[in-house]
Amino acid sequence: MNPVLSQTPLQPAASKPDYLRAAQTLGSWLLTTDHKRIGILYMISITLLFFIGGVAAALLRLELTTPAGDLLASATYNKLFTMHGVIMVWFFLIPSVPTVLGNFLLPLMIGARDVAFPRLNLASWYIFMFGAFFAVFAIVAGGVDTGWTFYTPYSSTYANGAVIAMAAGVFITGFSSIATGLNFIVTIHKMRAPGLTWFRLPLFIWTLYTTSLILVLATPVLAITLFLMALERIFGVGIFDPALGGDPILFQHLFWFYSHPAVYIMILPGMGVVSEIIACFARKRIFGYRFVAYASIAIAVLGFLVWGHHMFVSGQSVYAGAVFSLLSFLVAVPSAIKVFNWTATLYKGSISFDTPMLYALGFIGLFTVGGLTGLFLASLAVDVHLTDTYFVIAHFHYVMVGGMVMAYLGGLHFWWPKITGRLYPEFPARISAIAIFAGFNLTFFPQFILGMLGMPRRYHAYADEFQVLNVLSSAGASILAVGYILPLAYMLWSLRYGKPAPPNPWRATGLEWTTPSPPPTDNFAIIPTVNEAPYAYETQDQPSRDYV
Amino acid sequence: MSEPAAEIAHQFVDAGQQRDAATFGMWIFLCTEVLLFGALFLGYTVYRLQNPETFDEAAAHTLIVAGSINTAILLVSSFCVAVAVHLAEQGERLRVTLLLCTAALLGALFLAVKAYEYHLKIQEGLFPGQAFHFSGPHSQGVEMFFVLYFTMTGLHALHVAVGVAVLTGYGVAVLLAQRPARLATAVDLAGLYWHFVDIVWVFLFPLFYLVGRAP
Repeated sequence: MNPVLSQTPLQPAASKPDYLRAAQTLGSWLLTTDHKRIGILYMISITLLFFIGGVAAALLRLELTTPAGDLLASATYNKLFTMHGVIMVWFFLIPSVPTVLGNFLLPLMIGARDVAFPRLNLASWYIFMFGAFFAVFAIVAGGVDTGWTFYTPYSSTYANGAVIAMAAGVFITGFSSIATGLNFIVTIHKMRAPGLTWFRLPLFIWTLYTTSLILVLATPVLAITLFLMALERIFGVGIFDPALGGDPILFQHLFWFYSHPAVYIMILPGMGVVSEIIACFARKRIFGYRFVAYASIAIAVLGFLVWGHHMFVSGQSVYAGAVFSLLSFLVAVPSAIKVFNWTATLYKGSISFDTPMLYALGFIGLFTVGGLTGLFLASLAVDVHLTDTYFVIAHFHYVMVGGMVMAYLGGLHFWWPKITGRLYPEFPARISAIAIFAGFNLTFFPQFILGMLGMPRRYHAYADEFQVLNVLSSAGASILAVGYILPLAYMLWSLRYGKPAPPNPWRATGLEWTTPSPPPTDNFAIIPTVNEAPYAYETQDQPSRDYV
Repeated sequence: MSEPAAEIAHQFVDAGQQRDAATFGMWIFLCTEVLLFGALFLGYTVYRLQNPETFDEAAAHTLIVAGSINTAILLVSSFCVAVAVHLAEQGERLRVTLLLCTAALLGALFLAVKAYEYHLKIQEGLFPGQAFHFSGPHSQGVEMFFVLYFTMTGLHALHVAVGVAVLTGYGVAVLLAQRPARLATAVDLAGLYWHFVDIVWVFLFPLFYLVGRAP
């Protein structure tokens, strides 16, 4: 709107220092209640944990380059895939977009000075770190080989290793999720700026809202389930162990009652990020805004009703299986609505291929593959063949890594100028986005084929005929690794050497872009009033449309 | 807003928004609590359906008198809190403190009775695990009943203990506050929590004490 402003790097009018310069001591970071700083604390923490989980994955892929179990003993291999799963699910994917981008952006996007409960927000980070400490301790203290699912009675009776410490880490971290979810729900309900009605909210806020609902309603069930598993292990009492009168299937029901909705915790916020990016880089209003918003709600609600599709071969009743299968198909409908609407938004848009857009387009492609292969697995008969094969591994990596990690990185690039006040270098960023897309597909597409051919998951050795595809997969993983390390390098570089960012480098709509980059501690000098729907790109771009 | 408000934190526009946010936050928290206990209630349902007679038999080994007394104690304490919440809104000081501390005391009494019950059960050898012994035909089912009994009432007792601390804390805070009305919202929220704890017990009581006792 104001070309002069968008070309002037520093904001002369702002008298207050921005949130990064407001105070510089370590104490001012560790005791901050500023949602923006808490977002940064989370960013640093989960980046470290991501690389811990990544190292485990690298070792797994290295072992799998040859059919023989030559690099890692089977016990070590089991511990590594457990570590990879636990760290990546609970200490990276679940917190990723909500706690980093969500914390940073939620108050900015709704025109508030902070979240509703800033101290609770800080507490959530400490709880998270405390949980992470237990998880890392469990790894150092001998590891855990239960898989990330902690299935009983193996975990509660037979497994060796630091099962209790690992479960304690997940249990504790759960409370940080609950705190974040609660904070977000209350903030979205009660802290919106004047005029910012529900249907003027950016879609990212809708997805944070639905994600928070899941966090708040599902996580307590996981907490109590792990607690019961620990009781059984510590006191030798029968809760899930059939030898002691318990029912192991009950554990699976309770576990998946949390862990299936958790899959949507891991994808919904990513969908929100993609909606923001697509609209901005197509310079168009999101097609069917309300459908996309309602689709988020539908995914969250249906997501609570499909957990049984993880248990088709567990011996649950066939009738229950049929119902769960049907409901699982239904979840595909709102997911597809989103994909169609993003695609329709692109139609006749003025598309530019900056890095965030590359990630967003990558997301759409990979998520579509992940989602459609989910339908194979939701079909009862097909699932019997595919259960516990690499097909499952490929499917959920397409959703979680191809989906959520792509979206997280896309969002990080998109809002990096706002967060840090610096521009990242565009060229290496595009290279890394393309490397990740290519590396990802090379890593995981062969695993679909391996799964169809019957290669089971969770073994360190395999039949010789699977080697070619496994070597392809491992080669892809090395490209993927480069793709992940590259952003770490150039983003750190940009903190010092990057060009200072204007307030709105992408000419994007949204209240967060009306603040200086980086924003001042209290976000807005005057609380803004909103009087239009989001994504008003057409009207915003109109004046300058004197030609193309 | 004409009422004397609590101090307004910087992220809020006015006292009304602050109060609404706090109250709404408490309700969301209570939702998570329902789900926390919900998983255990599901466990109870599953195992009772698997061993219906055994659960009836096991329930005969809980102390119905102690359970009934505890039910009465919690209901009375909840009443005290309800009145305290009402008076706190009017800016009362002494009576609010008195009622909150009475409620806390009743909570402590509840815990004492509970501890006594636990003590007896452990002496009878009904604490699950290595030391469990029950001379009847369905020892395994009875043990499951007591696993659930100790887990569910234990988790509930933990909530009571937290509640006792919170009620005492606000009782003292209201007494020392310059303007007690500023604490009205806080007392209201503590009250919501306490009623929740009460309601959970109202469900636990029939499941563990009344089951199978019908003539």
